[in-house]
Amino acid sequence: MSSQDIPEEKSPAEQGAHVAVADEKHPFADPGLPPHEHRIQDVDERAARRSERTVALLFTVSMLATVGFIASYVAIPHDKSIFVFPIGHLNALNFALGLTLGLALFSIGAGAVHWARTLMSDVEVADERHPIAAEPDVKAKVMADFKQGAKESALGRRKLIRNTMFGALALFPLSGVVLLRDLGPLPGTKLRHTLWSKGKLLVNMNTNEPLRPEDVAVGSLTFAKPEGLEEDDHEFQNEIAKAALMIIRLQPDDIKDKQELDWSYQGIVAYSKICTHVGCPISLYEQQTHHALCPCHQSTFDLSDGAKVIFGPAGHPLPQLRIGVNDEGYLEALGDFTEPVGPAFWERG
Amino acid sequence: MFAPADKAQAEESAQSLTIEEGKKLYTVGCASCHGTDGQGTSDGPSLVGVGAAAVDFQVSTGRMPAATSQGAQVPKKKNIYSQAEIDQLAAFIASLGAGPNVPTKDQYDPEGADIAKGGELFRNNCAQCHNFTGKGGALTKGKYAPSLEGVEPKHIYEAMLTGPQNMPSFPDTTMSEQNKKDIIAYLHAVNSDETENPGGLELGGLGPVSEGLFAWIFGLGALIAVAIWVAARTAKARKS
Amino acid sequence: MSTSETTESRSRGKAPAGERVADWADGRLGIYSLAKANMRKIFPDHWSFMLGEVCLYSFIIIILTGVYLTLFFHPSMNEVEYHGSYVPLQGQLMSEAFSSTLHISFDVRGGLLIRQIHHWAALIFLAGMFVHMMRVFFTGAFRKPREINWLFGFLLFVLGMFTGFTGYSLPDDLLSGTGVRFTEGAILSMPIVGTYISFFLFGGEFPGVDFVARFYSIHILLLPGIMLGLVVAHLILVFYHKHTQFAGPGKTNKNVVGMPLLPVYMAKAGGFFFLVFGVIAVIAAIAQINPVWAIGPYRPDMVSTGAQPDWYMGFAEGLVRYMPGWEINLWGHTLVLGVFIPLVLFGVVLAAIAVYPFIESWVTGDKREHHILDRPRNAPTRTAFGVAWITVYMVGLVGGGNDLWATHFHLSINAVTWFVRISFFAGPVLAFIITKRICLGLQRRDKDKVLHGRESGIIKRLPHGEFIEIHEPLSQDAMYTLTAHEQYKPAEIGPTVDENGVERKVKASEKLRAKLSKSYYGPDSQIPKPTVDEYKEITSGHGHH
Repeated sequence: MSSQDIPEEKSPAEQGAHVAVADEKHPFADPGLPPHEHRIQDVDERAARRSERTVALLFTVSMLATVGFIASYVAIPHDKSIFVFPIGHLNALNFALGLTLGLALFSIGAGAVHWARTLMSDVEVADERHPIAAEPDVKAKVMADFKQGAKESALGRRKLIRNTMFGALALFPLSGVVLLRDLGPLPGTKLRHTLWSKGKLLVNMNTNEPLRPEDVAVGSLTFAKPEGLEEDDHEFQNEIAKAALMIIRLQPDDIKDKQELDWSYQGIVAYSKICTHVGCPISLYEQQTHHALCPCHQSTFDLSDGAKVIFGPAGHPLPQLRIGVNDEGYLEALGDFTEPVGPAFWERG
Repeated sequence: MFAPADKAQAEESAQSLTIEEGKKLYTVGCASCHGTDGQGTSDGPSLVGVGAAAVDFQVSTGRMPAATSQGAQVPKKKNIYSQAEIDQLAAFIASLGAGPNVPTKDQYDPEGADIAKGGELFRNNCAQCHNFTGKGGALTKGKYAPSLEGVEPKHIYEAMLTGPQNMPSFPDTTMSEQNKKDIIAYLHAVNSDETENPGGLELGGLGPVSEGLFAWIFGLGALIAVAIWVAARTAKARKS
Repeated sequence: MSTSETTESRSRGKAPAGERVADWADGRLGIYSLAKANMRKIFPDHWSFMLGEVCLYSFIIIILTGVYLTLFFHPSMNEVEYHGSYVPLQGQLMSEAFSSTLHISFDVRGGLLIRQIHHWAALIFLAGMFVHMMRVFFTGAFRKPREINWLFGFLLFVLGMFTGFTGYSLPDDLLSGTGVRFTEGAILSMPIVGTYISFFLFGGEFPGVDFVARFYSIHILLLPGIMLGLVVAHLILVFYHKHTQFAGPGKTNKNVVGMPLLPVYMAKAGGFFFLVFGVIAVIAAIAQINPVWAIGPYRPDMVSTGAQPDWYMGFAEGLVRYMPGWEINLWGHTLVLGVFIPLVLFGVVLAAIAVYPFIESWVTGDKREHHILDRPRNAPTRTAFGVAWITVYMVGLVGGGNDLWATHFHLSINAVTWFVRISFFAGPVLAFIITKRICLGLQRRDKDKVLHGRESGIIKRLPHGEFIEIHEPLSQDAMYTLTAHEQYKPAEIGPTVDENGVERKVKASEKLRAKLSKSYYGPDSQIPKPTVDEYKEITSGHGHH
């Protein structure tokens, strides 16, 4: 199948001839494969021996490194820390295992490549290519075979068989699609509701105590969850993903948005901590500018102006939770959020 | 027994002397921006009620006095005051209006604190700006949350207490003294000279961006160098 | 060469053991016929031809280490309290996925190493595929008969991105969880079906308790399974088509010049596997990757700044970051363009490079096989398109790290974002124009070299005082190499009047093709190769310089 034409070998002395200036008549013509030039190892047996020893040395290093790997595995405690300059404090076992494994592997590779480069033949050979497309007679035979096969099946003639078969084949994958239905429940109105409802206390996430207005200083930042939601609850992750609150306190005079002022309590404002862009917990609050930045995609909200989006890819303001104070002087929600929190979705409206 | 009144009086006069010294320092170093009585000007905010903790933080970390009121934010730099001078300044500012006091060592000493709880608190309250191990991060319009590497526990405590510049404050009413201690202990565990990075180079502790750069430059770079060696022609015998 | 020797030494019944085993296998598998075509298969030597091997080997390394990791990883979102070796997380609530990742990192000897090899190899795998793809693109190796293999490779790149992403999400740490949250937001932005797909994917509301297990089977079975099949097909086609080669003396479109598989490439390629594995193992020994213990367990109400995906998703992250916040509310529905447009653009940008070979072959109308690679300068429009595409990609990467650019270069994050927004449009245009000009300049230089020879660096003073630099004529090897490329002529619209004098309608596609062809191969887009006549005219005149 593949024929190889091996160019005539020339001794190094003869090779000077090839650097000739261009053929006068056909200056751009293909001069053909240059003759093979010998390597040092091809002409000097001592050099070849040196290469052999280098390769053998590399393989030996690999063996030693593997022994080192096993020794490290056995001898070094898994939690031992060492200081390696300039890397720093690191795990001694990881360092030793990685270096010995790397050395063992690299030496095998380096040995094999050095062997190939210096001792195996480096004569360039040309291999012919053949067109990939078939010859016309081959094609004609295939087409004839196909026609005959098609005719023998009578698929074209017996349309009833053909149509019902297509029907059956088209329908059966539906079973597979139907089976996916139980991957999850339908959305319903789940994205519209959170745990917040009228009278739920705002619980400080740091101390797990309900917040009172006097706890919250101007310029401070506090995160709150609805009372009753505990970290070890089964539904904690899902609920906190919607209910997490960011509590700040502004001078009431600084609040530019009327609804924000109405829904606040003495300048204490509760906003959803979940970004309206794709749902990152947004809480990079700058107390002097009253801006909150999202660390994921840099949407910036002005918390003194109805959490209006002033920069970045978010499409609408952060939802605000209406709060008040109950008879015992604790901050409480005056209802659920009036719009869905978190990222927008088709049915949000 | 000494008469308590005498002692109180002595302390009071010592205190007023300190305030007096502080006022002198204030007039020289701070008044041009913050106003002669700390009432604030267009170049600097009012200092009434910021408390001694704020002064101690701002001056000890070299942020105050600021070189200029321009720029997105005042950077940390070398502190030029002695601790005694800072105490005097702090006493003067504290005398202008009540505010948080400089914390004592047993308030911020992380000994015996709950590191894991501190980690949780850190991730909830701090990591969004300062990164998960306190390497710092960007804020809007050129402002930034600085790296917390090598920051003294006392200053971390004061920063949480007072909320310097654009950082919100985390007063004791919403983040207890114990909470703050836990956070300081956590930071010490994950971001100090002794912190172990088991896997090796920390690559700035910045996450995937620096890891990606490393993979491209040193990973793929090394492999391409190796590939060049593998594919290169072996040296030919010298022509004669 | 030595086959005759072995045939002679074979005496009946006493064949060496190896040969008997081979005979046994041949009788059942036909291995001799297979080996006849392939054992001495020729591969050309060029470092850039080994980039694909970097990918293949890192893929194998990822599979090997990945299998090891599955022995210890628990793909479960059950909440557990941590009581392992890592002190700063003692007593914390976390998913089993996260705690088993900590277990692998701190309590399984060598576990951290394997985890780090796995992750580093993944980053290098994707980077290798990117560079390999660009090598194939800029040298025109995607032309007939290799278009299908180009698509296989492209699919591997895309699948690699998603395999990487699902793997990155498995430890359920704070960073990857944030990435999954972003995925959920992106899915929610899809009109009509988004909410449903999200609920089906997460088994309800985000985060639920299902996604780690689901991503796990996608990450370790579904996607790598498809990829393995594609890799095999990709390799079979490489063997079948035989490798491309650069133009040079003796290298034609009808041959392939290089070294035989056995023994040279067996040793070089086999050795290269160990070299790749060795380099990655050393990297895993000295450089830490994805320290999930420092990042902490995922909670949907917590986040760290610098929240980025692994680099290969960085350009998608960039698209999302610099998109303005457009949102349309109509008839009770929300169209979240701020998220949905980047999602679509992500596909469009990737598809642009995937379909390019088909566009080019339509423009040239060339139906021949091409086995000689182009030098990028000799295909200026293609090269310019490629550089423009990379520019879009890189702008995305810069945008995806805008916060780190801001902090590390003391810039405003808003300014970086605006810069990136403008660059998204201006960058590729500029890159296209500049690249094309550079290519044409290089073509001109090649032409000068052929016609006037190489600058020798020797300055000679002529008798009348003028200084000239002596130009050495090129060797025929070099001249052939520099003139071996073909140059297309711009396609014309055929006669608009048929043989009966009836005017035919020129189709819009035909007009477009002629226009594109002109922009590809018109006088502004390529420098005509030197002709033999030009050469003779110059060389016959004495004292050429």
